[in-house]
Amino acid sequence: MDSVAAQTPAGSPAVGAPAERREGREKVTGRARYAAEHPLPGRAYGWPVAASVARGRVRSLDTSGALEQPGVLTVLTPADAPRPAEPDDPTLRVLQDDRVPHHGWFVALVVGESLEAARAGAAAVRVEYAAEEHDVLLTADHPAAYTPERANGGNAGRRLRGDPEAAFAAAATRVDVSYRVPPLHNHPMEPHTSTAHWDGDRLRVYASTQGATTVRATLAALFELPEERITVTAEHVGGGFGSKGTPRPDVVLATMATLRTGRPVTVAIPRRMLPAATGHRAPTLHRLRLGSGPDGRLAGLLHEVTTYTSRVKEFTEQAAVPARVMYAVPHSLTEHRVVPLDVPTPSWMRAPGEAPGMYALESAMDELATALNRDPVELRIANEPDAEPDSGKPFSSRHLVECLREGARRFGWSARDPRPGTRREGALLIGTGVAAATYPVLVAPSAASAEALPDGTFVVRINATDIGTGARTILAQVAADALGVPLERVRSEVGSTDLPPAPLAGGSSGSSSWGWAVHQACAELAARLAEHSGRVPEGGLRTLADTKGTADAESPYARHAFGAHFAEVAVDTATGETRVRRLLGVFAAGRILNARTARSQLVGGMTMGLGMALTEGSTTDPVFGDFAESDLAAYHVPSHADVPDVEAHWLDEEDPHTNPMGSKGIGEIGIVGSAAAVGNAVHHATGVRFRELPLTPDRVLTGLRAARR
Amino acid sequence: MKPFAYLRAGSVEEAVDAHAAHPGARYLGGGTNLIDLMKLEVERPPVLIDVSRLPLEGVRELPEGGLWAGATVRNSDLAAHPAVRDRYPALSEALLAGASGQLRNVATTGGNLLQRTRCPYFQDVTKPCNKREPGSGCGALEGVHRDHAVFGHSRHCVATHPSDMAVALAALDARVELYGTEGRRTVPVAEFHRLPGEHPERDTEIRPGELITGVVLPAATAGLPSAYRKARDRASYAFALASVAAVLEVADGVVRRAGIAFGGVAHRPWRARRAEEALVGAAPTEDAFEHAVDLELAAASPLRDNAFKVPLTRGLALDVLTRLAPRTASPA
Repeated sequence: MDSVAAQTPAGSPAVGAPAERREGREKVTGRARYAAEHPLPGRAYGWPVAASVARGRVRSLDTSGALEQPGVLTVLTPADAPRPAEPDDPTLRVLQDDRVPHHGWFVALVVGESLEAARAGAAAVRVEYAAEEHDVLLTADHPAAYTPERANGGNAGRRLRGDPEAAFAAAATRVDVSYRVPPLHNHPMEPHTSTAHWDGDRLRVYASTQGATTVRATLAALFELPEERITVTAEHVGGGFGSKGTPRPDVVLATMATLRTGRPVTVAIPRRMLPAATGHRAPTLHRLRLGSGPDGRLAGLLHEVTTYTSRVKEFTEQAAVPARVMYAVPHSLTEHRVVPLDVPTPSWMRAPGEAPGMYALESAMDELATALNRDPVELRIANEPDAEPDSGKPFSSRHLVECLREGARRFGWSARDPRPGTRREGALLIGTGVAAATYPVLVAPSAASAEALPDGTFVVRINATDIGTGARTILAQVAADALGVPLERVRSEVGSTDLPPAPLAGGSSGSSSWGWAVHQACAELAARLAEHSGRVPEGGLRTLADTKGTADAESPYARHAFGAHFAEVAVDTATGETRVRRLLGVFAAGRILNARTARSQLVGGMTMGLGMALTEGSTTDPVFGDFAESDLAAYHVPSHADVPDVEAHWLDEEDPHTNPMGSKGIGEIGIVGSAAAVGNAVHHATGVRFRELPLTPDRVLTGLRAARR
Repeated sequence: MKPFAYLRAGSVEEAVDAHAAHPGARYLGGGTNLIDLMKLEVERPPVLIDVSRLPLEGVRELPEGGLWAGATVRNSDLAAHPAVRDRYPALSEALLAGASGQLRNVATTGGNLLQRTRCPYFQDVTKPCNKREPGSGCGALEGVHRDHAVFGHSRHCVATHPSDMAVALAALDARVELYGTEGRRTVPVAEFHRLPGEHPERDTEIRPGELITGVVLPAATAGLPSAYRKARDRASYAFALASVAAVLEVADGVVRRAGIAFGGVAHRPWRARRAEEALVGAAPTEDAFEHAVDLELAAASPLRDNAFKVPLTRGLALDVLTRLAPRTASPA
């Protein structure tokens, strides 16, 4: 491993340097404390009881057996749980009535002296259900499907430009295909966890969340406490991938339990309950119609997505949205249809919308390239738009063509023989594929403070959350440059609502949103110091910035990051086993703030895309209405052996229209398009087009055999 | 947690006596499966008898040329043992194809044989499962069963046995060495696990209180070409969708001995006797292998969603057999 000095050379900027994570040593030595690891005297543990029917009511709930268990303190049930105010998010309305809207919905919480006692108590709770017939299966022609006004992210449910049906019908070359992406699960290493306790009249909560500010606001509203009397700490968070972007039931349950017992209570949602209780990526059924002229330029594009939501609330995976951004096309329809079913509530998962949407769009582009006998890189370049197709806004920067060209060069694309199914190594068929990536530049207002201390050091304070991304380190880098001081003289404090409020770590917006406020606070402090004569006073000098009104100002530009993925795969014709040999991505994502942590994020995203392509996915059990794969032995994230060679590169892109750092966000774009690149490589390897993920041996072998006949 | 007593046995006899004295007790080896199942309340033993430190360690040469591997030998150690790698490569390959490095460092030979199915209905106490709770029904039969059996299942149970090691042992004609109140006995690995029939709650032929003390690898298959191959959803740490272990002896251009077992397709390692019989006496050609394997696969009866296992097993079996055949006998 290459070693990088903690110090930056005098005069060179801190931003962009591969600075090591400041908490790295704490994490690898186990000293970093996560939400369940704060030792508190008298701490008790909660274990939820999850519904075992997919729809119905709790007819009776007998807690006597649980209460007889040694160490069980209490059982919270819908009959007697505290009654918080009505939450904005109905998934947080836990233990308030006897309705069971889906399998895995929490019907009780057992609180015990130990995790083991609580767990044994939960097993001893006897629940009888009045089960009702359930409907958990998503079909493209489900009679309950409707077009929502808004898909997730505030995106229009349906957008129509021109007459795409007619344009498609009249096109010289047409691709009309359907793809299926299964339910996917976030499964962060650290499960959703909260420890709540009273400190006098102050509610203190250690939460595993991507945004402590929202957790505090939610708790204040639910439990009718002023925000000033609540502290939510999220010092270290073991991943979230979107599923900790909003408060989850653990924090409500822990708070109710501490209200009930007067003791500190930790609720860590057990691994096997995560799929149903904490959100997942809903399955998406895609119909893609692409019509082009003989020159390959798109004449009509129709991307129609059918997905599901729960009975609890409407959440529509915005999978048709990237088609509004990607390619020049005069006529287009992008529409979502959503079916409410008796299923767990879907929610955000890394690149919601873009990850499944770009799998479908970029697979269809590959199919069009095949139909036209065009190189898939060149086909994409031929469809490069001058402005954002759907809005007509100019791009603040794009550079997709440059990503494709640079990726092709690095990957050795020019040597590629386009004929599918022709490269054999014994039983293996080898192929390569390409796909584009895009993710919007999102940014939200934030506050931050900066302080100069008499000893010549500086502290920036902001309630940012470091979910494993390196936020702590990156914000110090931004501050160092804005202050014009070496990085090692800047300390950053993050992860507590006692710090200036900041938005969540989500939507690839964290570093841009927080960095903007930190930059502003530090620039103001630098100006103050320039005016100030003499030593910094004993009490320090402090500035407070708030980017409200600037960070959220409407931009005249369409702002997105772009990228290109290249994949090489080997498909075993005897077994259908498909393994990736190489994955290479090139990204145009504005200024990269930390070369080391950015690379980790991009490689992580690409690896998650590899998983989406080949190994990840869960099965809705039609009989019981739950997910058949509920732990990490059954839900297959890629193992190390699946990830042989992943390279992430980026262009030195300058975009003056995003924020003072010129950053765009990199947390999600790595997963966008990578699954399509792998799928396209499988087609190139085998000559067979697979349109349902993941590409497991059962599907691939069956497809290969069908093609041979 | 359901309270349980923990005893550490000092000798095999002590372990067996303790078991006889404590109805419902379970022997504890590496605990990589039993402890998980206790957390899920699938297993609720009142007493655990720790046998992991019994003097059943090591791999020993047997006088007539075979090997004895102790019940407490860790999977990693067994896989890495020079005599195993040299004389029974299929066993080493099978062990290394199983679980993860961390699990193999803990899991024992005896425990590996006695691990339970990973059927999701078996692991979820809110679901029906005849293996866990006789008479409650089989959730997998009409449920999610891509990973389940295609051979020898019954309407009571369609689960598979998850071990890789046992598949290789079955093909190699290994025997399980048992000790119980009635003394010592050995059982062929291929007959140690049962088919579910009417009693899927009984995984094996082990008698109440009997303890696995080791496995015996016979001289007859020592040094013969053998191999194991497994197909799975990801490159590591996944159970077999299907697997094949085979040992092949060819002399004078004719197959003298064939041991073939399929994994991931039945309630036990599926010894492919029909295929073996068809091969013995035949020339080891691709045609002969195809004919033999197809004879065996004709007995498969896939469920609604796992028909792919039949061609998958075929692909694996042909690959393994072709690899084992002398090159001169199967011209490319």
